[in-house]
Amino acid sequence: MSDHDVIVVGGGPAGVAAALALRAEGVGRVAIVDREPVLGGATRHCAHSPFGMREFGRVYLGAAYGRRLERDARAAGITVLTGHSVTGLGDDGTLSVAHPGGVGTLSADRVVLATGAREMPRSARMLPGDRPVGILTTGALQSYVAFHGLMPFRRPVILGSELVTLSAVLTCLTHGARPVAVLETGPVPLARAPLRWFPGVMGVPFRTGVGIVDIIGRDRVEAVRIRRGGQEEVLDCDGLLLTGRFTPEAALLWQAGHGVDRGSGGPLIDQTGRTANPRYFAAGNLLRPVETGGWAFREGRAIGRALAADLRRAPSAATTVPVAVEGPVKLVVPNIIRRGERPAAGFDRFQLRFLRPCKGTLALVIDGRPAHRLSGSWLPERRVLMPMPTAVCQADSIRFEFREDR
Amino acid sequence: MTRTTRTSAPHSCDVAVIGAGVVGCAVARRFALAGASVVVVERGADILSGASKANSAILHTGFDAPPGSLELDLVKAGREEYLSIHRDLGLSIVKTGALVCAWTDAEADGLAAIAGQGRENGIADLDVIDATAVRALMPGLAPEVRAAVEVRGEHVIDPWSAPLAYVTQALALGAKVWRGCELLSGRFDGDWLLDTSRGGLRAGAVINAAGLFGDDVDRRLGLAPDFTIRPRKGQFIVLDKAAARHVPKIVLPVPNEITKGVVICPTAFGNVLVGPTAEEQDDRTRATVETATLEMLRDHGGRLVPALRDIPVTAVYAGLRPGTEKKHYRVTARTESRAITLGGIRSTGLSAALGLAQHALRLFEAFGMPLGPPAAIPPVTVPNLTEAEPRDWQRPDHGEIVCHCEMVTRREIEAALAGPLPPGDFGGLRRRTRAGMGRCQGFYCNARLAEMTRGRFRVPLAVEPEG
Ligand SMILES: Cc1cc2nc3c(=O)[nH]c(=O)nc-3n(C[C@H](O)[C@H](O)[C@H](O)COP(=O)(O)OP(=O)(O)OC[C@H]3O[C@@H](n4cnc5c(N)ncnc54)[C@H](O)[C@@H]3O)c2cc1C
Ligand SMILES: Cc1cc2nc3c(=O)[nH]c(=O)nc-3n(C[C@H](O)[C@H](O)[C@H](O)COP(=O)(O)OP(=O)(O)OC[C@H]3O[C@@H](n4cnc5c(N)ncnc54)[C@H](O)[C@@H]3O)c2cc1C
Repeated sequence: MSDHDVIVVGGGPAGVAAALALRAEGVGRVAIVDREPVLGGATRHCAHSPFGMREFGRVYLGAAYGRRLERDARAAGITVLTGHSVTGLGDDGTLSVAHPGGVGTLSADRVVLATGAREMPRSARMLPGDRPVGILTTGALQSYVAFHGLMPFRRPVILGSELVTLSAVLTCLTHGARPVAVLETGPVPLARAPLRWFPGVMGVPFRTGVGIVDIIGRDRVEAVRIRRGGQEEVLDCDGLLLTGRFTPEAALLWQAGHGVDRGSGGPLIDQTGRTANPRYFAAGNLLRPVETGGWAFREGRAIGRALAADLRRAPSAATTVPVAVEGPVKLVVPNIIRRGERPAAGFDRFQLRFLRPCKGTLALVIDGRPAHRLSGSWLPERRVLMPMPTAVCQADSIRFEFREDR
Repeated sequence: MTRTTRTSAPHSCDVAVIGAGVVGCAVARRFALAGASVVVVERGADILSGASKANSAILHTGFDAPPGSLELDLVKAGREEYLSIHRDLGLSIVKTGALVCAWTDAEADGLAAIAGQGRENGIADLDVIDATAVRALMPGLAPEVRAAVEVRGEHVIDPWSAPLAYVTQALALGAKVWRGCELLSGRFDGDWLLDTSRGGLRAGAVINAAGLFGDDVDRRLGLAPDFTIRPRKGQFIVLDKAAARHVPKIVLPVPNEITKGVVICPTAFGNVLVGPTAEEQDDRTRATVETATLEMLRDHGGRLVPALRDIPVTAVYAGLRPGTEKKHYRVTARTESRAITLGGIRSTGLSAALGLAQHALRLFEAFGMPLGPPAAIPPVTVPNLTEAEPRDWQRPDHGEIVCHCEMVTRREIEAALAGPLPPGDFGGLRRRTRAGMGRCQGFYCNARLAEMTRGRFRVPLAVEPEG
């Protein structure tokens, strides 16, 4: 017999929301395991971003939101195990765990993975040049500021143009750093409206279509050599801030040999929120980079409810049908469908994202027949939603086709 | 060159070692054990600031070393000593073995000669095996593999803890390591009088282990170097630990022009690396990575071991080999001026370091300098960072895990900072603990490390507030 009905791995918005939903549905023994000392996940260091309006009806900043999550979790009778790092996923729901007292195992009938996402470091982006001190991601920068009152640089060059880039610029400006420039490799900013004017208003030049050709610095970053339209230029700076390009924190999936979806970098996930192993569920940014805290919370709640229903049955033995994507479509969630099972409460729509800016018609094709069409123009890193007809649950083949306008 | 004036009398020692790469560290240990008082002069903020900070971490057998060469002898001697001391020093060894894989018929035809050469070099534990046997040993290899030479004695070690252990043992015997200290010049008048950026140093003998600056240091000592350093850059990618299950063995290429010696190799830390390239350059200090090369390495790994194609890249790095205009080691002893140069230790220095140290001591004996009584071996162990043995996080009361990707505990970081040779820079901390070396490269822990290392490094992680 398992120690718990459900263990949630990761105490960010998605994990806590899933646990709360499970308790609300009457599930008895629910635990949240998180390796950090407090709950909140990535929201803990976003000191200027308001969270909680939709879920709690009021605004919380950074750590206060995490404290609210933790308070609610404990009040709901959820076991909260912080400082506990999950190191392995057993096929039968046994988790290997490391904590300050040593190592051990926990077991549960079902597990929810909600380990979030992180920004890609310099290595995974394969950026060229030296490897000095001073190359960081926004998450790291915000941890300097929020947890330790420190700054890693004063004059960084900032790479990226996603929503998080705005957050990065703000963090710099409110903590005595003056960004030298904000650079986007693509032709247009990824977070369109604010990035058009925001850095300019703040007196920080914003440039698109820029490639980094060299990072220069023996000990600390001294300069970045960039190329734009055939011209090279050296920008003096003391740091390089890499923003966005999120990737799911999927280390446990890789290690366990669970399926990792090529497009999303997250787990294989079905319409109910189950992974390839039907004892394991997943929610939040682990599924696909990257959504807001509010989205992660709502998604966690929906999956918690679906899980509560699933818990009354044996783990599903249904076969799975992949949801295929093509061309510029980067990912789809859910990316597998368990045959014969209707979506309970997990996902009511397909979420898709594009690899590059494009314009055209996206079609959901079920058993060779178009079931739904959507025309428009899309940017990468933007959420695209498509309805999920119940017919998908009986289909032998499900795919998304894209016809690009010429 | 202007000489700095110093008020205090210069420090004196039997042997000054210039350079704290893996070779200098091994030499310091060997001479300290032989009863010498030793000072190691290292320009970098920490040991392993040169070639030794970035290599493939293979403990070679010497099966492919030039026959009859000093390099072959010293690789074999170095490996043998490593095998006899590693346990006492807390150093582990991953007995992977290597496969020299043939991917074409022409390459397969050459395997017998490679195996024959290996046996002639005195390495008996190798065989030519056919494709079926190769794939039984390593099912993840692409089906095009034709045959291989299996060299069972090629192993993988922790390339940073080993030299740290050597030099820590020297420290325990009273040796000094002057870091952030550059050798400027030297003059021999029966004794060596060395001028360093930290002042004078009087030494009975000097050993040049300056790696990429071997010729430069000879010149600074007034010795005419008989070689010129020609740096050869090697770039690497390190793949996520998920790759390890697909690569149980070191995959070596049949030497030819196309592969340029790129290896697919498990690391002692549970990752897989693909590299190095071999690129001649003039610059001795910049070891940059280039996007196109890194992508080439990833493709190469995915071609030979298809499962590697989708596995995320954890780290990228590059190192410079201290090559010279010739292929062999450039070891010179000058009895008249009691100087030994261990130059041009190009691509096998990690394996040969202990052998080079033995060799240096033999050369030194001809100088006829008396030393103190040989020392008893001090009990020194370094913390285990490899996946071959239990790590600190698996033991109780480690405080907490600070670096989640590499599972580095607070206790490990605090111990490194309080150790006999605390890290002089962030790279030194990473090499001693693995903190920040994992897949997130500091997204989760860099700020915490900045906090824990405040006031410790010449180049701090956090900048001081303005004003
Ligand atoms: C720099 C940055 C700025 C952001 N700014 C905003 C913003 O302004 N507005 C907004 O709405 N959203 C913002 N976000 C996004 C928001 O924080 C996320 O959408 C949200 O936190 C995702 O929730 P989650 O529960 O999926 O994952 P996370 O919040 O990332 O939580 C994952 C949790 O899992 C834990 N964990 C991971 N692995 C393990 C393991 N092996 N064992 C135990 N525990 C583990 C982690 O410690 C963490 O607590 C930002 C994110 C970042 C990184
Ligand atoms: C890409 C690559 C892969 C390799 N793979 C392997 C392998 O798998 N197995 C193996 O056995 N070997 C390998 N090697 C080889 C091995 O790394 C080298 O042979 C070894 O590191 C050389 O060590 P060293 O001590 O001679 O030189 P270095 O490590 O360069 O040390 C010299 C030191 O001298 C210091 N110095 C220089 N000038 C001065 C001065 N004027 N004053 C004070 N200090 C000074 C430098 O700062 C430096 O720290 C590889 C090398 C590379 C580059």
